[in-house]
Order: sequence, then structure tokens, then C-alpha cells
Amino acid sequence: MIHNKRNTTLFFLLLIGVVLLFVADISFGSVTIPFHDIAETLTGGMASRDTWEYIIINYRLPKAITAILVGMGLSVSGLLMQTLFRNPLAGPYVLGLSSGSSLGVAFVILGAAYLPGFLGSVLVSSYGIIVASFLGSLMVLLAVMLVSQKLRDTMAILIVGLMFGSFTSAFVGVLTYFSTAEQLQKFTFWSLGNLGNLSWISITILAFAVGLGLLLSAISIKPLNALLLGENYAKSMGLNYNKARFIIILSTSILAGSITAFAGPIAFIGLAVPHIAKLVFRTSNHAVLFWATLLFGAIIMLFCDIVSQLPGTQLTLPINAITSIIGAPVVIWLLVNKRNRLM
Amino acid sequence: MENKIILQTQDLSIGYTNKKHDFPVAANIELQLEKGQLIALIGANGIGKSTLLRTLTGIHKPLSGAVKLLEKNLRDFTAADLARQMSLVLTEKLPPSNLTVFELVALGRQPYTNWIGKLSETDLAKTKAAIELTQISHLVDKKHYEISDGQMQKVLVARALAQDTPLIILDEPTTHLDLLHKVSLFMLLKKLAHEAGKCILFSTHDIDLAIQLSDAMIVMTETTVVQDTPSELIRRKLFDALFDDENLVFDMEKSKFIFKNL
Repeated sequence: MIHNKRNTTLFFLLLIGVVLLFVADISFGSVTIPFHDIAETLTGGMASRDTWEYIIINYRLPKAITAILVGMGLSVSGLLMQTLFRNPLAGPYVLGLSSGSSLGVAFVILGAAYLPGFLGSVLVSSYGIIVASFLGSLMVLLAVMLVSQKLRDTMAILIVGLMFGSFTSAFVGVLTYFSTAEQLQKFTFWSLGNLGNLSWISITILAFAVGLGLLLSAISIKPLNALLLGENYAKSMGLNYNKARFIIILSTSILAGSITAFAGPIAFIGLAVPHIAKLVFRTSNHAVLFWATLLFGAIIMLFCDIVSQLPGTQLTLPINAITSIIGAPVVIWLLVNKRNRLM
Repeated sequence: MENKIILQTQDLSIGYTNKKHDFPVAANIELQLEKGQLIALIGANGIGKSTLLRTLTGIHKPLSGAVKLLEKNLRDFTAADLARQMSLVLTEKLPPSNLTVFELVALGRQPYTNWIGKLSETDLAKTKAAIELTQISHLVDKKHYEISDGQMQKVLVARALAQDTPLIILDEPTTHLDLLHKVSLFMLLKKLAHEAGKCILFSTHDIDLAIQLSDAMIVMTETTVVQDTPSELIRRKLFDALFDDENLVFDMEKSKFIFKNL
């Protein structure tokens, strides 16, 4: 039940956590800025130096907002996949959406050299990469949906997703073999994930896409609860299964596709965060889990971003490395400890 | 006056079909399930009990003829409408989840809840009533994977009950249960049929118990599908045709199957 006391307290704590980490994320970085200048800038005032204000408004604030959007979107899409596929290891990664994006981007970055000069330079621009990523995940999504019409078995769809992943990574491998060191570096940077470098326009587009995805997820809360009893019971309780499945897959791919396009493939968040939410809230009720996953996603992504900046140093680590370092042990620990009731 | 006939079939024939051929399993099925009746469906393995149940529940299309639920053809129901008239207890295992027994029973209210599935006062009352009727109050806070098979069947019956439908169909609810739990589940079903006025159809292999407890039985054999009261079925010697094996015969006096040639 959403109204019990323990949940209310937890939600309250999570909300505070999001706000604290949001401020912390903005406070830390390679340039040290006094806290009162940060507070001043965030509340609409002026920082004591123009450069600080510029850094906060045009670099740190967009990055923190991106972190929140990415964390919420990927986590919720993972939650949806895990229930739909009745598989605790499902996530946007497993379905092959991220691989599709990678393939699209690999084509653009690594293949641009073989195109006429003018076209090549247009494609390698950041918009070219975003469009390629979108098209890549959309392509995989359409293929998965096509297959899912033919295959009634959800496990089979998961395997098809895995095969898409293998196929695309093999293809990317072939492409890298023929590309220059510079192109390879560029692709590697993209594939390591990056929350920064997003303009306010990009963030607005991302926010709109994530918002749409989350809205579609929210209207799937009741079908998701029905699916906890399996497909046949869900149908017997009046669920239009095909429609529900379509909306769930659509919202996952909007979330995963748009996020991967803007921030690169971010590993483990979609897989690990729903489990953390389930473990802490000890429920399967999606009306609770939706919000829990949303808040945990934001918190963990902000935390990963803070860690990646290595507070106190000039270095910044790739975000994907951090999420994997934190996420992989969490998943292994979950598997070892709660083998049979992961969901 | 409310109609007593809940489910009715007219010249129904069931089976599978592909592009070229029909593969009929049974034909000329005339059934009539009434309010307040407990009806057992029996037949040997592979005779088509599941196909019949799947057809009656609308999962499977009939080859010909019609299934009528409350005088309306089954195929004219939307999934949402059907969910208010018919609830199911299936044999399949539930996927892993953290659902508590209470939440599981409350999911039966889905056909009535709003877009987000919030339980109203009525929903809570119906859920609690179902829990009390099935006597599982002591289990409500347990996770569904923490209870025994026998308790689980009662929980699933409670969920179907919470769905508040005139017809409940159960697919082999007593499989994997010991005699005590079989009897207690059958008694529960009988109580629900007679006291709550439900029409309950269940398939089973516990023929002896079904003969003693049910108001009517549907017997599926190689050649026919017959519905009658247990005593009439015995008198008509239909149980003898149930199994095609000379070592197994039906003893009319004892109302049970016995081994011959031992």
C-alpha cells in the first residue's frame, strides 16, 4: 500500500536525498567554488566572480539535470522491462536498444571517412550522432517488436535482444578495424557515456522525451501489476495484453533511445536501480515502485556523477566506468543473496 | 427474476486448426452450467479437458457452435467485460515477485479499479470478504512464495472470488495436494457455490471425491461429452467408458474405480 507510514518516511528521505545530492553535484568539480556563491547563483543571485556563475549555469547545472533525467529514465525503463519479461535481469541494455544506438553512432563516427567530405563532417557533428543513435535504437526496437508479434514467448524476445547486441557489437568491431585512431578515440569517448556537454536546447529535448516516456510508464502501472501474476491471469482480469505490451515497449525505447542518444550508453543503471528500489521498499506494487525507482535512479546517477568528478582533484572519470563499478557488484550481490525472489 | 443459466454451449465443437485442416477434439457438446452449482469436469489425460476449458474461457476459438455466457456469445465480450463475468484459477506457477497474499487477492479487483489500480472502499471490502470466506486471514501479510501449495490454491480461489464474477473456472485445482487439502478445497468450492451462489466449474482427476461433492459432472470420453448429475452418470454407466483399460473398472456400489485381475 502506498499510504503506509514506512513508505512515506522512505519517500521523504529519498526526496531529501535527491535535493542534497543535486546541490552537492553542483558544488563539486575541477574548479573549487565557495558554497555561498553556488547557493547565490542557484537562487537567482550573482556569484562573486563571473566565471563561477558561467561554470555553474552553463556547465554544472545542465550536467546535474542531465544526471537526474538519465537516472530516472533508465531506471524506470529497467523496471518496466523486468516486469514485462518476468526476468530480473532484463533492462534496456538486454533488449538490445543500447546496442542499436551504438551501431548507429559507430556507423556515423567510424564510417564518415568513406563519405564525401561535406556529408561526413555534417554527420560527425553532435546532432548527427544524436540522430544516428535514435535511428539505431529505433531500428532495434522495430525489429524486436516485429519478432515479438511472431514469438509469444517473452524469453525468446529477450534472447533475440541479446543476439542483436552480439550482432551489433561484432559489426562495431569490424568497423573499428577499418578506422583511424582519431575516429576510434571519438567513438570510445561516446561509448563511455557523458553527462556534460549538453546545451540547454538538448536538455529541453531530452527532458521532453524522458517526460513522455515516464508518462507512458505511469499509465502502465496497473497493467504492470496485473502482469505480476503472469500473462494469462492478467488477460483474465481484463487486460488488453497486446496493447499494454506495446505501450510498455514503446515507453522503454523512448526512454532508453533518447537517453543513449544524448548521454551515450550508460550501463547497469536500468538493471540495478529497480532491484535496489524493490529491496528497500519490499514490495512489487508498481504504484510504489514507479516513484521509488524514479527517485533512486536520480540519487544514484547524481552520486555516480559526483564520484566521477573525483572531488578534490582535476580529473574526471568516464561516467560509464563509475556506474559499472558500482552497478556490477550490486547485481552479483543480489543474485547471490536473493536467488529466487529477485523481483 | 435472475437467469439461472450462467454458461451454455450450443452444438459446440472444439479443437485446433491450421491453414488447411481442422483437428477436432470433441464435437456436439451441449452444456448448461447454472447458478449455485459445483460442476466437475473429468476425463483421461489428453482427452481434451484443457481444450474445452480454454474454449469455455474464450482463450481458444471454437471450431463451430457457440459458447454463451449469460445469454451473450462469448466472442462478443471485450476482455474488460469478460473479466467481470468470469474469473480463473490456472495451473501455471506465478512469476517471482514480492506480492503479499493480500495484494494478490486484491489484484482480483482490477476489472473495477481506476487507471492506476487504486482500491476503493468497496474494493477493500470485497477483498476482505473473499479472504474471510476462504479462511486465509492469517496469511494476508505473508509473501506469496512463503505459503504452502494448499494455502496457495485457497489464495488463488480468494483472488477469483474478489473478482466478483458469477462464474469461476478452475483448472485442476487439487493437483499436488494431499487428501486432506483436496477435501478442504472441495468443501470450500461447494460452500462458495451453495452459499455465495457462484457457478463453479473445475477440472479434476479426483473422480471419487468429485462424485461425492459435485452437483453435476461433465464426463469427457473418446466419443462423447456428457453432462449429468453424478448418480445419473453412474446409472448410465458412463464412468466405465472413461478409461480404456480392462484392469480398471468402476464399481457402482462403492462409487469408485477398482483394480481387477490383481
